[in-house]
Amino acid sequence: MTKRLSGMQGSLKGHSRPQIEKIERRLFLRQGLSLGALALLSGCSVTDAEALQKVLWTMSRWNDRVQAWIFDSDRLAPEFPESAITMPFPFNAYYRMDKVPAVDAASYKLELGGLVREKRSWTLPELYALKPQVSQVTRHICVEGWSAIGKWSGVRFSDFLKRVGADLTAKYVGFRCADKYYTSIDMPTALHSQTLLAFRFADQILPAPFGFPMKLRMPTKLGFKNPKHIVAIFVTNEYPGGYWEDQGYNWFSGS
Amino acid sequence: MSAARPNTVRVHPLVVRSTHWINVVAIFIMVASGWRIYNASPLFAFTFPKDWTLGGWLAGALQWHFAAMWLLVASGLVYVTYGIASGHFRRKLLPITPAAVWRDITAALRGKLAHDDLRVYNAAQRAAYLSAILIAIVLVLSGLVLWKPVQFSTLGLFMGDYEGARYVHFFAMAALILFVIVHVVMVLLVPRTLPTMFTGRARVPPAAEGG
Repeated sequence: MTKRLSGMQGSLKGHSRPQIEKIERRLFLRQGLSLGALALLSGCSVTDAEALQKVLWTMSRWNDRVQAWIFDSDRLAPEFPESAITMPFPFNAYYRMDKVPAVDAASYKLELGGLVREKRSWTLPELYALKPQVSQVTRHICVEGWSAIGKWSGVRFSDFLKRVGADLTAKYVGFRCADKYYTSIDMPTALHSQTLLAFRFADQILPAPFGFPMKLRMPTKLGFKNPKHIVAIFVTNEYPGGYWEDQGYNWFSGS
Repeated sequence: MSAARPNTVRVHPLVVRSTHWINVVAIFIMVASGWRIYNASPLFAFTFPKDWTLGGWLAGALQWHFAAMWLLVASGLVYVTYGIASGHFRRKLLPITPAAVWRDITAALRGKLAHDDLRVYNAAQRAAYLSAILIAIVLVLSGLVLWKPVQFSTLGLFMGDYEGARYVHFFAMAALILFVIVHVVMVLLVPRTLPTMFTGRARVPPAAEGG
Protein backbone atom coordinates (compact mmCIF):
# COMPACT_ATOMS: atom_id res chain seq x y z
CA MET A 1 0.00 0.00 0.00
CA THR A 2 2.83 2.36 0.87
CA LYS A 3 4.33 1.52 -2.49
CA ARG A 4 1.13 2.39 -4.28
CA LEU A 5 0.53 5.66 -2.50
CA SER A 6 4.05 6.79 -3.18
CA GLY A 7 3.55 5.83 -6.79
CA MET A 8 0.49 8.02 -7.09
CA GLN A 9 2.44 11.20 -7.46
CA GLY A 10 2.80 12.88 -10.77
CA SER A 11 0.31 13.12 -13.56
CA LEU A 12 -0.37 10.56 -16.23
CA LYS A 13 1.50 12.82 -18.57
CA GLY A 14 4.51 12.60 -16.30
CA HIS A 15 4.96 16.32 -15.94
CA SER A 16 5.80 17.10 -12.38
CA ARG A 17 2.74 18.19 -10.54
CA PRO A 18 2.76 19.54 -7.01
CA GLN A 19 2.65 17.04 -4.18
CA ILE A 20 -0.81 18.33 -3.41
CA GLU A 21 -2.16 16.15 -6.24
CA LYS A 22 -1.17 13.09 -4.26
CA ILE A 23 -2.98 14.22 -1.16
CA GLU A 24 -5.86 15.30 -3.33
CA ARG A 25 -6.42 11.75 -4.48
CA ARG A 26 -6.49 10.40 -0.98
CA LEU A 27 -9.09 13.00 -0.13
CA PHE A 28 -11.11 11.91 -3.14
CA LEU A 29 -14.32 11.43 -1.17
CA ARG A 30 -14.21 14.57 0.89
CA GLN A 31 -12.83 17.01 -1.63
CA GLY A 32 -14.00 15.32 -4.74
CA LEU A 33 -17.58 15.48 -3.78
CA SER A 34 -17.54 18.88 -2.12
CA LEU A 35 -19.29 20.72 -4.91
CA GLY A 36 -21.59 17.84 -5.71
CA ALA A 37 -22.39 17.35 -2.08
CA LEU A 38 -23.16 21.02 -1.58
CA ALA A 39 -25.27 21.37 -4.66
CA LEU A 40 -26.98 18.03 -4.84
CA LEU A 41 -27.17 16.70 -1.34
CA SER A 42 -27.10 19.95 0.63
CA GLY A 43 -24.92 18.94 3.54
CA CYS A 44 -24.52 15.27 2.94
CA SER A 45 -22.99 12.88 5.43
CA VAL A 46 -20.00 10.66 4.72
CA THR A 47 -22.40 7.74 4.21
CA ASP A 48 -24.19 9.65 1.47
CA ALA A 49 -20.85 10.44 -0.15
CA GLU A 50 -19.95 6.76 -0.09
CA ALA A 51 -23.31 5.83 -1.54
CA LEU A 52 -22.80 8.39 -4.28
CA GLN A 53 -19.32 7.00 -4.90
CA LYS A 54 -20.86 3.57 -5.31
CA VAL A 55 -23.34 4.89 -7.86
CA LEU A 56 -20.49 6.46 -9.86
CA TRP A 57 -18.49 3.20 -9.82
CA THR A 58 -21.59 1.27 -10.88
CA MET A 59 -22.09 3.68 -13.77
CA SER A 60 -18.43 3.19 -14.73
CA ARG A 61 -18.95 -0.60 -14.84
CA TRP A 62 -22.10 0.00 -16.93
CA ASN A 63 -20.01 2.14 -19.28
CA ASP A 64 -17.53 -0.77 -19.59
CA ARG A 65 -20.37 -2.93 -20.89
CA VAL A 66 -21.67 -0.24 -23.25
CA GLN A 67 -18.19 0.30 -24.68
CA ALA A 68 -17.66 -3.45 -25.19
CA TRP A 69 -20.96 -3.44 -27.08
CA ILE A 70 -20.01 -0.38 -29.19
CA PHE A 71 -16.53 -1.78 -29.95
CA ASP A 72 -16.35 -2.94 -33.55
CA SER A 73 -13.50 -5.42 -34.14
CA ASP A 74 -13.37 -4.50 -37.82
CA ARG A 75 -13.26 -0.74 -37.35
CA LEU A 76 -9.72 0.57 -37.73
CA ALA A 77 -8.26 3.58 -35.98
CA PRO A 78 -7.27 6.25 -38.52
CA GLU A 79 -3.67 5.95 -39.75
CA PHE A 80 -1.60 8.98 -40.68
CA PRO A 81 1.30 9.80 -43.00
CA GLU A 82 4.71 9.88 -41.30
CA SER A 83 4.75 13.66 -41.84
CA ALA A 84 1.97 13.91 -39.24
CA ILE A 85 4.09 12.36 -36.46
CA THR A 86 4.30 14.52 -33.34
CA MET A 87 7.85 15.66 -32.53
CA PRO A 88 8.95 15.47 -29.83
CA PHE A 89 6.59 12.76 -28.68
CA PRO A 90 5.47 13.43 -25.08
CA PHE A 91 6.68 11.12 -22.33
CA ASN A 92 3.96 9.88 -20.03
CA ALA A 93 3.89 7.61 -17.02
CA TYR A 94 2.79 7.74 -13.39
CA TYR A 95 6.34 8.83 -12.48
CA ARG A 96 8.88 11.31 -13.76
CA MET A 97 11.28 10.52 -16.58
CA ASP A 98 14.22 9.97 -14.19
CA LYS A 99 12.34 7.01 -12.68
CA VAL A 100 12.03 5.10 -15.94
CA PRO A 101 13.08 1.47 -15.25
CA ALA A 102 16.33 0.24 -16.78
CA VAL A 103 15.48 -3.15 -18.26
CA ASP A 104 18.50 -5.32 -19.08
CA ALA A 105 18.12 -6.63 -22.63
CA ALA A 106 20.38 -9.66 -22.12
CA SER A 107 18.60 -11.06 -19.07
CA TYR A 108 15.12 -9.98 -20.10
CA LYS A 109 12.44 -12.67 -20.19
CA LEU A 110 8.76 -12.31 -21.00
CA GLU A 111 6.73 -14.60 -18.75
CA LEU A 112 3.41 -16.06 -19.87
CA GLY A 113 0.71 -17.28 -17.56
CA GLY A 114 -2.94 -18.18 -17.09
CA LEU A 115 -4.97 -19.75 -19.86
CA VAL A 116 -2.02 -20.22 -22.22
CA ARG A 117 -0.88 -23.59 -23.63
CA GLU A 118 2.84 -22.80 -24.04
CA LYS A 119 3.92 -21.13 -20.82
CA ARG A 120 7.63 -21.00 -21.60
CA SER A 121 9.20 -17.55 -21.32
CA TRP A 122 10.49 -15.56 -24.29
CA THR A 123 13.85 -13.82 -24.71
CA LEU A 124 14.24 -10.59 -26.64
CA PRO A 125 15.96 -12.15 -29.71
CA GLU A 126 13.12 -14.66 -29.92
CA LEU A 127 10.54 -11.87 -29.77
CA TYR A 128 12.38 -9.77 -32.34
CA ALA A 129 12.45 -12.78 -34.68
CA LEU A 130 8.65 -13.09 -34.70
CA LYS A 131 7.03 -12.69 -38.12
CA PRO A 132 5.32 -10.81 -39.66
CA GLN A 133 6.41 -7.43 -38.29
CA VAL A 134 4.04 -4.57 -39.05
CA SER A 135 4.03 -0.80 -38.50
CA GLN A 136 1.38 1.78 -37.77
CA VAL A 137 1.23 5.58 -37.52
CA THR A 138 -1.68 6.26 -35.20
CA ARG A 139 -2.98 8.77 -32.70
CA HIS A 140 -2.25 8.18 -29.04
CA ILE A 141 -5.01 9.82 -26.98
CA CYS A 142 -4.37 10.49 -23.31
CA VAL A 143 -7.17 10.31 -20.74
CA GLU A 144 -6.18 13.89 -19.88
CA GLY A 145 -7.37 15.05 -23.30
CA TRP A 146 -4.19 15.71 -25.28
CA SER A 147 -3.17 13.53 -28.19
CA ALA A 148 -0.01 12.83 -30.19
CA ILE A 149 0.71 10.86 -33.35
CA GLY A 150 3.50 8.28 -33.30
CA LYS A 151 4.84 5.32 -35.21
CA TRP A 152 5.04 1.88 -33.62
CA SER A 153 6.25 -1.42 -35.08
CA GLY A 154 6.03 -4.98 -33.87
CA VAL A 155 3.94 -8.10 -34.23
CA ARG A 156 0.17 -8.29 -34.13
CA PHE A 157 -0.78 -9.28 -30.62
CA SER A 158 -3.42 -11.63 -32.04
CA ASP A 159 -0.68 -13.52 -33.93
CA PHE A 160 1.35 -13.82 -30.73
CA LEU A 161 -1.63 -15.01 -28.67
CA LYS A 162 -2.45 -17.66 -31.29
CA ARG A 163 1.18 -18.71 -31.49
CA VAL A 164 1.42 -19.39 -27.74
CA GLY A 165 -1.95 -21.14 -27.67
CA ALA A 166 -3.83 -18.61 -25.58
CA ASP A 167 -7.48 -19.33 -24.84
CA LEU A 168 -9.02 -16.76 -27.18
CA THR A 169 -12.44 -17.24 -25.60
CA ALA A 170 -11.18 -15.97 -22.24
CA LYS A 171 -12.38 -12.57 -21.05
CA TYR A 172 -9.20 -10.73 -20.15
CA VAL A 173 -5.54 -10.34 -20.94
CA GLY A 174 -3.50 -8.93 -18.05
CA PHE A 175 -0.08 -7.27 -18.05
CA ARG A 176 2.62 -6.80 -15.43
CA CYS A 177 5.38 -4.31 -16.10
CA ALA A 178 8.95 -3.66 -14.97
CA ASP A 179 7.87 -0.31 -13.49
CA LYS A 180 5.26 -2.03 -11.23
CA TYR A 181 2.53 -0.79 -13.53
CA TYR A 182 -0.22 -3.26 -14.30
CA THR A 183 -3.33 -3.20 -16.44
CA SER A 184 -5.71 -5.48 -18.32
CA ILE A 185 -7.79 -5.44 -21.46
CA ASP A 186 -10.75 -7.24 -23.01
CA MET A 187 -10.10 -10.11 -25.44
CA PRO A 188 -11.81 -8.46 -28.47
CA THR A 189 -9.39 -5.51 -28.20
CA ALA A 190 -6.45 -7.90 -27.69
CA LEU A 191 -7.38 -9.57 -30.99
CA HIS A 192 -7.94 -6.30 -32.92
CA SER A 193 -5.73 -6.14 -36.03
CA GLN A 194 -4.11 -2.85 -34.90
CA THR A 195 -3.20 -4.13 -31.45
CA LEU A 196 0.58 -4.58 -31.62
CA LEU A 197 3.20 -6.05 -29.37
CA ALA A 198 5.47 -3.13 -30.23
CA PHE A 199 9.29 -3.36 -30.12
CA ARG A 200 10.05 -0.19 -32.05
CA PHE A 201 9.07 3.43 -31.85
CA ALA A 202 9.82 5.77 -34.77
CA ASP A 203 11.81 2.93 -36.42
CA GLN A 204 14.21 2.70 -33.44
CA ILE A 205 14.39 0.03 -30.77
CA LEU A 206 11.80 1.24 -28.25
CA PRO A 207 13.63 3.87 -26.15
CA ALA A 208 13.43 3.38 -22.37
CA PRO A 209 10.98 6.26 -21.75
CA PHE A 210 8.63 4.80 -24.34
CA GLY A 211 8.61 1.33 -22.86
CA PHE A 212 11.76 -0.71 -23.62
CA PRO A 213 11.74 -3.54 -24.42
CA MET A 214 8.10 -3.68 -25.40
CA LYS A 215 4.80 -1.96 -25.16
CA LEU A 216 1.32 -3.08 -26.10
CA ARG A 217 0.17 -0.51 -28.62
CA MET A 218 -3.61 -0.18 -28.99
CA PRO A 219 -4.90 2.78 -31.01
CA THR A 220 -8.41 1.73 -29.94
CA LYS A 221 -7.74 2.50 -26.29
CA LEU A 222 -6.67 5.53 -24.25
CA GLY A 223 -2.94 5.93 -23.61
CA PHE A 224 -2.86 4.64 -20.04
CA LYS A 225 -4.30 1.32 -21.22
CA ASN A 226 -1.13 0.75 -23.33
CA PRO A 227 1.32 -0.92 -20.91
CA LYS A 228 5.07 -0.33 -21.29
CA HIS A 229 8.05 -2.40 -20.09
CA ILE A 230 5.88 -5.54 -20.13
CA VAL A 231 7.45 -8.47 -18.25
CA ALA A 232 4.44 -10.78 -17.89
CA ILE A 233 1.29 -11.46 -19.88
CA PHE A 234 -1.52 -13.63 -18.59
CA VAL A 235 -4.89 -14.72 -19.93
CA THR A 236 -7.72 -15.04 -17.45
CA ASN A 237 -11.45 -14.94 -16.80
CA GLU A 238 -10.96 -13.18 -13.44
CA TYR A 239 -11.07 -9.39 -13.66
CA PRO A 240 -7.44 -8.28 -13.12
CA GLY A 241 -8.02 -4.50 -12.72
CA GLY A 242 -5.20 -2.06 -13.26
CA TYR A 243 -3.02 0.59 -11.64
CA TRP A 244 -5.17 3.58 -12.65
CA GLU A 245 -8.35 1.57 -13.08
CA ASP A 246 -8.31 0.55 -9.40
CA GLN A 247 -8.18 4.23 -8.49
CA GLY A 248 -11.21 5.23 -10.49
CA TYR A 249 -10.32 5.49 -14.16
CA ASN A 250 -12.74 3.66 -16.40
CA TRP A 251 -11.52 0.12 -17.10
CA PHE A 252 -12.55 -0.29 -20.74
CA SER A 253 -11.40 3.21 -21.78
CA GLY A 254 -11.81 2.43 -25.46
CA SER A 255 -11.46 4.97 -28.22
CA MET B 1 -58.65 21.04 -12.71
CA SER B 2 -59.11 24.15 -14.84
CA ALA B 3 -62.62 24.49 -13.49
CA ALA B 4 -61.17 24.87 -9.99
CA ARG B 5 -58.78 27.56 -11.17
CA PRO B 6 -60.64 29.49 -13.83
CA ASN B 7 -58.06 32.28 -13.97
CA THR B 8 -55.13 30.11 -14.98
CA VAL B 9 -54.06 28.59 -18.26
CA ARG B 10 -51.72 25.69 -19.04
CA VAL B 11 -48.35 27.02 -20.20
CA HIS B 12 -45.88 24.14 -19.95
CA PRO B 13 -46.83 20.47 -20.26
CA LEU B 14 -45.51 18.06 -17.63
CA VAL B 15 -42.97 16.49 -20.04
CA VAL B 16 -41.41 19.89 -20.74
CA ARG B 17 -41.25 20.82 -17.04
CA SER B 18 -39.76 17.54 -15.84
CA THR B 19 -37.18 17.28 -18.63
CA HIS B 20 -36.30 20.95 -18.06
CA TRP B 21 -35.38 20.36 -14.42
CA ILE B 22 -33.63 17.06 -15.11
CA ASN B 23 -31.61 18.91 -17.75
CA VAL B 24 -30.70 21.60 -15.21
CA VAL B 25 -29.19 18.94 -12.92
CA ALA B 26 -27.54 17.05 -15.80
CA ILE B 27 -26.04 20.17 -17.40
CA PHE B 28 -24.79 21.39 -14.02
CA ILE B 29 -22.95 18.09 -13.49
CA MET B 30 -21.69 17.94 -17.09
CA VAL B 31 -20.33 21.49 -17.04
CA ALA B 32 -18.75 21.33 -13.57
CA SER B 33 -17.11 17.96 -14.21
CA GLY B 34 -16.24 19.02 -17.77
CA TRP B 35 -14.29 21.97 -16.41
CA ARG B 36 -12.24 19.62 -14.25
CA ILE B 37 -11.54 17.43 -17.28
CA TYR B 38 -10.57 20.56 -19.26
CA ASN B 39 -8.13 21.52 -16.50
CA ALA B 40 -6.20 18.24 -16.94
CA SER B 41 -5.09 19.40 -20.39
CA PRO B 42 -6.22 23.00 -21.04
CA LEU B 43 -6.89 24.09 -24.63
CA PHE B 44 -6.27 27.74 -23.79
CA ALA B 45 -4.08 29.73 -21.43
CA PHE B 46 -6.49 29.42 -18.52
CA THR B 47 -7.97 26.80 -16.23
CA PHE B 48 -11.23 26.83 -14.33
CA PRO B 49 -11.05 27.58 -10.59
CA LYS B 50 -10.98 24.24 -8.83
CA ASP B 51 -13.80 25.20 -6.47
CA TRP B 52 -16.10 25.57 -9.45
CA THR B 53 -15.42 22.05 -10.64
CA LEU B 54 -16.78 18.65 -9.75
CA GLY B 55 -14.95 15.39 -9.20
CA GLY B 56 -11.87 16.49 -7.22
CA TRP B 57 -9.40 14.92 -9.65
CA LEU B 58 -9.52 13.75 -13.23
CA ALA B 59 -10.84 10.24 -12.59
CA GLY B 60 -13.60 11.57 -10.33
CA ALA B 61 -14.61 14.20 -12.88
CA LEU B 62 -14.67 11.59 -15.66
CA GLN B 63 -16.88 9.35 -13.51
CA TRP B 64 -19.35 12.20 -13.00
CA HIS B 65 -19.21 13.21 -16.66
CA PHE B 66 -19.80 9.72 -18.04
CA ALA B 67 -22.57 9.03 -15.51
CA ALA B 68 -24.48 12.29 -16.04
CA MET B 69 -24.22 11.98 -19.83
CA TRP B 70 -26.85 9.24 -19.65
CA LEU B 71 -29.16 11.52 -17.69
CA LEU B 72 -28.68 14.32 -20.23
CA VAL B 73 -29.12 12.09 -23.27
CA ALA B 74 -32.17 10.28 -21.83
CA SER B 75 -33.86 13.52 -20.82
CA GLY B 76 -32.89 15.21 -24.08
CA LEU B 77 -34.27 12.34 -26.16
CA VAL B 78 -37.59 12.41 -24.27
CA TYR B 79 -37.81 16.20 -24.71
CA VAL B 80 -36.92 16.27 -28.42
CA THR B 81 -39.10 13.25 -29.26
CA TYR B 82 -42.03 14.81 -27.42
CA GLY B 83 -41.34 18.21 -28.99
CA ILE B 84 -41.42 16.82 -32.51
CA ALA B 85 -44.12 14.16 -32.11
CA SER B 86 -46.63 16.31 -30.20
CA GLY B 87 -46.17 19.37 -32.38
CA HIS B 88 -44.90 21.29 -29.34
CA PHE B 89 -41.84 22.59 -31.23
CA ARG B 90 -43.92 23.54 -34.28
CA ARG B 91 -46.52 25.39 -32.19
CA LYS B 92 -44.16 27.11 -29.77
CA LEU B 93 -40.90 27.67 -31.67
CA LEU B 94 -42.14 28.21 -35.24
CA PRO B 95 -42.46 30.24 -37.34
CA ILE B 96 -39.26 32.14 -36.85
CA THR B 97 -37.69 34.72 -39.18
CA PRO B 98 -34.35 36.51 -38.83
CA ALA B 99 -36.13 39.88 -39.09
CA ALA B 100 -38.47 39.05 -36.22
CA VAL B 101 -35.57 37.75 -34.10
CA TRP B 102 -33.59 40.94 -34.74
CA ARG B 103 -36.63 43.12 -33.95
CA ASP B 104 -37.31 41.31 -30.66
CA ILE B 105 -33.68 41.21 -29.54
CA THR B 106 -33.24 44.96 -30.10
CA ALA B 107 -36.57 45.55 -28.33
CA ALA B 108 -35.38 43.40 -25.43
CA LEU B 109 -32.12 45.37 -25.19
CA ARG B 110 -34.15 48.60 -24.99
CA GLY B 111 -36.26 46.99 -22.27
CA LYS B 112 -39.34 47.13 -24.46
CA LEU B 113 -39.98 43.48 -25.15
CA ALA B 114 -43.22 42.23 -23.67
CA HIS B 115 -43.85 38.63 -22.58
CA ASP B 116 -47.40 39.06 -21.27
CA ASP B 117 -48.91 35.83 -22.48
CA LEU B 118 -46.57 33.14 -21.18
CA ARG B 119 -48.07 30.64 -23.63
CA VAL B 120 -46.58 32.49 -26.60
CA TYR B 121 -42.83 32.85 -27.09
CA ASN B 122 -41.55 35.99 -28.82
CA ALA B 123 -39.05 35.61 -31.66
CA ALA B 124 -36.04 36.22 -29.41
CA GLN B 125 -37.17 33.38 -27.14
CA ARG B 126 -37.84 31.10 -30.07
CA ALA B 127 -34.34 31.74 -31.39
CA ALA B 128 -32.80 31.21 -27.95
CA TYR B 129 -34.61 27.93 -27.26
CA LEU B 130 -33.96 26.57 -30.74
CA SER B 131 -30.28 27.51 -30.35
CA ALA B 132 -30.11 25.76 -26.97
CA ILE B 133 -31.50 22.56 -28.53
CA LEU B 134 -29.03 22.74 -31.41
CA ILE B 135 -26.12 23.50 -29.06
CA ALA B 136 -27.04 20.51 -26.91
CA ILE B 137 -27.08 18.30 -30.01
CA VAL B 138 -23.62 19.61 -31.02
CA LEU B 139 -22.38 18.95 -27.46
CA VAL B 140 -23.63 15.37 -27.54
CA LEU B 141 -22.22 14.67 -31.02
CA SER B 142 -18.79 16.21 -30.31
CA GLY B 143 -18.84 14.42 -26.94
CA LEU B 144 -19.37 11.12 -28.75
CA VAL B 145 -16.33 11.83 -30.96
CA LEU B 146 -14.21 12.63 -27.87
CA TRP B 147 -15.43 9.57 -25.99
CA LYS B 148 -15.08 7.18 -28.96
CA PRO B 149 -12.85 8.80 -31.60
CA VAL B 150 -12.28 5.50 -33.38
CA GLN B 151 -15.79 4.04 -33.25
CA PHE B 152 -17.31 7.40 -34.29
CA SER B 153 -14.46 8.44 -36.58
CA THR B 154 -16.89 9.11 -39.46
CA LEU B 155 -18.76 11.61 -37.30
CA GLY B 156 -15.36 13.05 -36.35
CA LEU B 157 -14.65 13.93 -39.99
CA PHE B 158 -17.26 16.69 -39.70
CA MET B 159 -15.47 18.38 -36.82
CA GLY B 160 -11.79 18.06 -37.62
CA ASP B 161 -11.12 14.65 -36.07
CA TYR B 162 -10.37 14.20 -32.37
CA GLU B 163 -8.45 17.45 -31.85
CA GLY B 164 -11.09 19.48 -33.72
CA ALA B 165 -13.86 17.90 -31.66
CA ARG B 166 -12.17 19.17 -28.47
CA TYR B 167 -12.64 22.74 -29.70
CA VAL B 168 -16.18 22.10 -30.95
CA HIS B 169 -17.07 20.62 -27.55
CA PHE B 170 -15.49 23.54 -25.71
CA PHE B 171 -17.17 26.29 -27.76
CA ALA B 172 -20.54 24.52 -27.66
CA MET B 173 -20.17 24.42 -23.86
CA ALA B 174 -19.37 28.16 -23.86
CA ALA B 175 -22.42 28.85 -26.05
CA LEU B 176 -24.61 26.83 -23.71
CA ILE B 177 -23.32 28.76 -20.69
CA LEU B 178 -24.11 32.01 -22.53
CA PHE B 179 -27.64 30.74 -23.15
CA VAL B 180 -28.05 29.79 -19.49
CA ILE B 181 -26.86 33.24 -18.34
CA VAL B 182 -29.24 35.09 -20.68
CA HIS B 183 -32.04 32.67 -19.80
CA VAL B 184 -31.61 33.19 -16.04
CA VAL B 185 -31.33 36.98 -16.42
CA MET B 186 -34.58 36.96 -18.38
CA VAL B 187 -36.27 34.89 -15.68
CA LEU B 188 -35.08 37.43 -13.09
CA LEU B 189 -36.54 40.24 -15.23
CA VAL B 190 -39.87 38.42 -15.64
CA PRO B 191 -40.03 36.48 -12.35
CA ARG B 192 -43.57 35.17 -12.81
CA THR B 193 -42.19 32.77 -15.44
CA LEU B 194 -40.37 30.82 -12.74
CA PRO B 195 -43.31 29.29 -10.78
CA THR B 196 -44.85 28.43 -14.14
CA MET B 197 -41.92 26.10 -14.84
CA PHE B 198 -42.92 24.15 -11.70
CA THR B 199 -46.73 24.28 -11.80
CA GLY B 200 -47.14 24.45 -15.55
CA ARG B 201 -49.86 27.05 -15.14
CA ALA B 202 -50.00 30.84 -15.31
CA ARG B 203 -52.61 33.49 -14.76
CA VAL B 204 -54.70 34.32 -17.75
CA PRO B 205 -52.98 37.29 -19.40
CA PRO B 206 -54.86 40.61 -19.05
CA ALA B 207 -55.76 40.78 -22.72
CA ALA B 208 -57.19 37.30 -22.81
CA GLU B 209 -59.07 37.69 -19.51
CA GLY B 210 -61.56 40.21 -20.86
CA GLY B 211 -62.51 38.01 -23.76
